[in-house]
Amino acid sequence: MKSLAELAAIREKMKNRVVLREGQGDIRVVVGMATCGIAAGARPVLSAFVEGVANEGLSDKVTVTQTGCIGICQYEPVVEVFESGKEKVTYVKMTAEKAKEVIEKHLKGGSPVAEYTIGSNQ
Amino acid sequence: MIRAQVLICGGTGCTSSGSKAIQQAFTEQIEIAGLAEEVKLVQTGCFGLCALGPVVIIYPDGTFYSRVTTDDVPEIVSEHLLKGRVVERLVYADTGEEKVDNVADVSLSDTAFYKAQHRVALRNCGVINPENIDEYIAMDGYQALGKVLTEMTPEEVIDVVLKSGLRGRGGAGFPTGRKWSMARTLVPDADQKYVCCNADEGDPGAFMDRSVLEGDPHAVLEAMAIAGYAIGANQGFIYVRAEYPIAVSRLKIAIQQAHEYGLLGKNIFGTGFDFDIELRLGAGAFVCGEETALMTSIEGKRGEPRPRPPFPAVKGLFGKPTILNNVETYANIPQIILKGADWFASMGTEKSKGTKVFALGGKIKHTGLVEVPMGTTLRQIVEEIGGGIPNGKKFKAAQTGGPSGGCIPAEHLDVPIDYDNLIAIGSMMGSGGLIVMDEDNCMVDIAKFFLEFTVDESCGKCTPCRVGTKRLLEMLTKITEGKGTMEDLDEMEQLCYYIKNNALCGLGQTAPNPVLSTLRYFRDEYVAHIVDKKCPAGVCKKLLTYKIDREKCIGCGMCARQCPASAISKTDYTAPGKKLPAMAIDPEKCVKCGACMSTCKFKAISKE
Repeated sequence: MKSLAELAAIREKMKNRVVLREGQGDIRVVVGMATCGIAAGARPVLSAFVEGVANEGLSDKVTVTQTGCIGICQYEPVVEVFESGKEKVTYVKMTAEKAKEVIEKHLKGGSPVAEYTIGSNQ
Repeated sequence: MIRAQVLICGGTGCTSSGSKAIQQAFTEQIEIAGLAEEVKLVQTGCFGLCALGPVVIIYPDGTFYSRVTTDDVPEIVSEHLLKGRVVERLVYADTGEEKVDNVADVSLSDTAFYKAQHRVALRNCGVINPENIDEYIAMDGYQALGKVLTEMTPEEVIDVVLKSGLRGRGGAGFPTGRKWSMARTLVPDADQKYVCCNADEGDPGAFMDRSVLEGDPHAVLEAMAIAGYAIGANQGFIYVRAEYPIAVSRLKIAIQQAHEYGLLGKNIFGTGFDFDIELRLGAGAFVCGEETALMTSIEGKRGEPRPRPPFPAVKGLFGKPTILNNVETYANIPQIILKGADWFASMGTEKSKGTKVFALGGKIKHTGLVEVPMGTTLRQIVEEIGGGIPNGKKFKAAQTGGPSGGCIPAEHLDVPIDYDNLIAIGSMMGSGGLIVMDEDNCMVDIAKFFLEFTVDESCGKCTPCRVGTKRLLEMLTKITEGKGTMEDLDEMEQLCYYIKNNALCGLGQTAPNPVLSTLRYFRDEYVAHIVDKKCPAGVCKKLLTYKIDREKCIGCGMCARQCPASAISKTDYTAPGKKLPAMAIDPEKCVKCGACMSTCKFKAISKE
């Protein structure tokens, strides 16, 4: 290594890999990953969120994590977005494509995607 | 894409309780569950809660699992990693509150043990993989070295360290910046200078230096290179004890990786600055933690101290100007450079800045490593962070500074801990061992324990230490055997001051501290041993007698079966209401092991 720029490059490259271990982000995306969720296809949804958040450079403020069954199995895959000071948003019947939209509009843009929320699907 | 990381402690404590096998089990189970692509295993340094080991933390949620066994691993993988359900029975949930409603939210940083801590020297321990330089770089590693080499003059570096108020964490508390400035300026025409790191951590009960080396070795390497730039040295030596095999192997890996990246070696960052570091292993002599003895040992000679002056800053290793700092001192340096002197100086007390790591041990609920700002009271450390004394016993004293320190009694629990306050109450900071003692500890016995240690470890070069500590130990032994006199106490005190004033090096000069401080605060215990021939804590065997209450004894004979000395036999007496004759102990044969007492279900045996 002959320059500070190289050091900075390694730092940037590695930052994403250790950021998981630093304090929790302001926004928490929780994917239901119980048997019902997994059977309904929660795994690609989770992967989409993990990848999307990293690619969009949101790792500092968004934490993607998983939880068990919250009891609305017919609506799985369920994704809940928690943000401090705001009401929780529950997305239902999610897919990887929908996840991308949520990342774009909700996590980046700040406005929940109403058509995928539980309110619009009952 | 990695969505979760499993951090497994690879410190010495958890390694000895089996973390290697757990790591293996995780690798296998993650493979079986098909999660290898999305879950990453990371071996880290010590988290600090050694008593709860082996510990495993799962991120991003930060769930903290304690006392994990290999049998638990399949459940953690299938429940937590696959289905996202926290395995509650393994979660360490001491948040200091009565009950935890949402266990899933309990991460390590929420526990009472961690809340009051402030981690600077330990900031990366238990967070990064110490065997991966990239992870250290991700945590701003080597940024400070880059900054000093490209933006600062050596004088500016020294100035920042001076202004930060950082003092030597090895125990004596000498201002680090002053040490560096002396090494830079006192011998202007020196052809060679050296930077040394004291990792010969020998105090019984202290293990913070080991933890830093195991958990964040690059921080020490980076700081030594910064020190080299500041004083004008291009060679460093780390003197580490051979009893720390994990620390040694991680240091070797770290040095090699730093070489590969060009962060050690020639022309670092293209600035023309060269710096290299070599390891030297100590052979287990306590005296080699003393600076002149350490350097003599690096030179390949018998590790004995020499008189000062000349100080190492003038004439040190191989006769050249040398600085020697402790591991924890170095671990603070990169942070000070990056965040500035004011940031560091904003923590702590007027004369002791920053934080200090303590190794909590003895009669305390949470054994482990804690880092707190200087000025934190002993009460906060013992009661809040340490969780208090187990089994409802009463706090009697805390021992700081190992064999060079003293005992702090309950009346001084609220003294803010810093270098000067500890000396004022007759102890010292030392390297940061903090051993808590309860009412079952005999203070005379404690003093004797530390004296035995110094007698063993005295190098023998000077008479006050070699002969003085031996005589001191003989007097203490006499007292614990009930043969002491009140005159002995006065003589002992005199001898203590004589050794303090005349010994050659720090080992001898501080060796009497455990005796002096216990005499100061617990004189009544000494008097009880001498006048009443009793050990109030029931520790000193020669002064104990075990007795069976013949009215309570049912004659079951359990005690007799346990007795290794066959000292217990049947008597002729049968207590009213009992079917068998009572037992009795023959004091001539009794070895006072206490086995009978812990066996008896009827509390018929007592000691006094």
